[in-house]
Amino acid sequence: MAELLLDVNDLKVHFATEDGIVRAVDGVSFELERGQVLGIVGESGSGKSVTAMTLMGLTRDVNSRFEGEVLYKGRDLLKVSDAELQNFRGNEIGMIFQDPMTSLNPVYRIGEQICEAIQSHETIDKRGARRRSVELLRQVGIPNPDSRVDDFPHQFSGGMRQRAMIAMALACNPDVLIADEPTTALDVTIQAQIIELVGRLKQDFDSSVILITHDLGVVADIADEIIVMYAGRIVERAATHDLFYDPQMPYTWGLLGSIPRLDRPRPDRLHTITGAPPSLINLPQGCKFRPRCPHAFEKCTEEPALENRVETPGHLDRCWLDVEYKRAHREETIGGGHTEAA
Amino acid sequence: MSTNGGGASTNGSSGDALVELRHVKKYFPIRKGVLQREVARVHAVDDVSFAVREGETLGLVGESGCGKSTLGRTIVRLLEPTAGEILFRGQRIESMGARQLRPLRREMQMVFQDPYASLNPRRRVGTIIGVPMKIHGLGNAAERKVQVQELLETVGLSPEHYNRFPHEFSGGQRQRIGIARALALRPKLVVADEPVSALDVSIQSQMLNLLEDLQSEFGLTYIFIAHDLGVVRHVSDRIAVMYLGKLVELSPAEELYQRPIMPYTEALLSAVPIPDPKLAAARHRIVLEGDVPSPINPPSGCRFHPRCRYATQVCSEVEPPLVDYGNGHLAACHHPLNVDAAALQAAEVAANTPAAADEHALPSDSSGTSDPVVGEAGDPRRSSPA
Repeated sequence: MAELLLDVNDLKVHFATEDGIVRAVDGVSFELERGQVLGIVGESGSGKSVTAMTLMGLTRDVNSRFEGEVLYKGRDLLKVSDAELQNFRGNEIGMIFQDPMTSLNPVYRIGEQICEAIQSHETIDKRGARRRSVELLRQVGIPNPDSRVDDFPHQFSGGMRQRAMIAMALACNPDVLIADEPTTALDVTIQAQIIELVGRLKQDFDSSVILITHDLGVVADIADEIIVMYAGRIVERAATHDLFYDPQMPYTWGLLGSIPRLDRPRPDRLHTITGAPPSLINLPQGCKFRPRCPHAFEKCTEEPALENRVETPGHLDRCWLDVEYKRAHREETIGGGHTEAA
Repeated sequence: MSTNGGGASTNGSSGDALVELRHVKKYFPIRKGVLQREVARVHAVDDVSFAVREGETLGLVGESGCGKSTLGRTIVRLLEPTAGEILFRGQRIESMGARQLRPLRREMQMVFQDPYASLNPRRRVGTIIGVPMKIHGLGNAAERKVQVQELLETVGLSPEHYNRFPHEFSGGQRQRIGIARALALRPKLVVADEPVSALDVSIQSQMLNLLEDLQSEFGLTYIFIAHDLGVVRHVSDRIAVMYLGKLVELSPAEELYQRPIMPYTEALLSAVPIPDPKLAAARHRIVLEGDVPSPINPPSGCRFHPRCRYATQVCSEVEPPLVDYGNGHLAACHHPLNVDAAALQAAEVAANTPAAADEHALPSDSSGTSDPVVGEAGDPRRSSPA
């Protein structure tokens, strides 16, 4: 058994707003082992980014309330002080943000920004920090790192900025790297480069990676385990292979069916998930996906627990439907070409 | 031989073309110093020719910086081309002034990429969609309101949204507002510039279906700009692939996926994620090294050669002409993939070969050097050192 790095237990993150309490994350549990790549998939507003930011202590605010625990190597990150948390950020857990255009400071050189990350965690002189920065830029595949280290962010293309962000996140050899939609703003060709890079980090740095995305295609070939989130909950969790070949939640089918696929014939219509995600202030009763689910029945007004309902241990889902019924009907959704009446 | 003059017949364009581009170029000058002298030029669009038939969807694909957005904006005349001709319904529009263009603006509209930036945050939805009608003097205020509310329903919003502000909507809903605005004048041509790339996959599929529905309802012609070949395949009848300002491949949609000819297209295809772990692991992914080079100083010869895994010396010296490989499938490559010898023999240099720009224009038979093994054969033909 590999070393357990992160153990999240029944995490709840609620924000008090003028309109009411936003239950952004409502009872999420998962574990992350060393060397593992965990994919978290869901639509905007499903709570995937809030979960990730909470691991870094970035959601701490007067308006936020936390419950549950986030154990990092046995210490509860929800309970450590802000000053102590600073030792974890960057040093132990690194984060790559979605938009490389806005997450770098435009008035500082790339090298200065990476050096700052190194120097705030280690006692190292300027020259040493700079040498490390150049080496990091080389490792993430920036050509001519010796001269590019002195460039400003605007002199980098989108893909290079994202590489610089990754270099910065890796500066202190974190054990856990959280990548929040690292490729959404990028071209498909650059996306392929970045995904390959993230996969390589696992070997080169012996890091664990949490990869957050809305596109199941992105995590298909690098994740070991995938969590599907909806309305602040985990609705399905399985090893990558099982999630793609034996998906149990109709929501997961919908996500799979929405992708225009090159490996299948072009359907007349793409599958769509009707409606929009529910408001996190006023959640529907029972299964949160019920209002949008074409297979919903009476029992769905009662919320199903996240349980193992199939033969494979570790494959959890929140759906009352009979497993055999699901296996018989899911291809209609995943295969596309059918749209159920709204 | 290098160009067989002639009309646009090889291009498949004839009288039924709604839009036709002939050798369109768009360069942006870079000015420096007190005198603002032009020191360099960005070759954003460099000699692109194609035609779009009425009712057709043409997908325009390429990486950031390949000039696809510039081309889209030039077609609807938000930009004036540096050279070349743009024909809209047979009428030349490339140098028309604003006044002359105004009646034509009703017929060509644009949907923009970023639904957060393309709607005025201080205007209500009703105003945003209704203003184009007002400008063109369509109906009185009451009639316009009815029409806007109908449009809102057509794009899947509700008429009550008339008085709301853009910030009250999600990204997908905002994109629907942008589409409603584009449709307000019942245009013939809609240029959609990356209309779904800012959206979640689940919303993206709704939007693609909506665009298809609207096309059949209003008889629209689309130019659909995107960087994701998966998305483009779903909507397009034909697909044009651009690289650094050049059109490098033009093909009927399904054929492009069955047999890409240009290595760049092959690489773009292999970059599209496949949501199937076994297939994804089994397939050979061609990861293109580096980024698109600068369009200020584009590489010599074939512009793709520094990143191409099949490149030989000829690629860095001679710019490949756009060759018709039959079935309306055009590609510009010295080492075409998926082409058998017979097709190669039959291939002619397309009529729209950029003859003027291509000073090293090759006789068409030189493309017989397609087999990478005999790539050397191209050498004796080189006319000048690069």
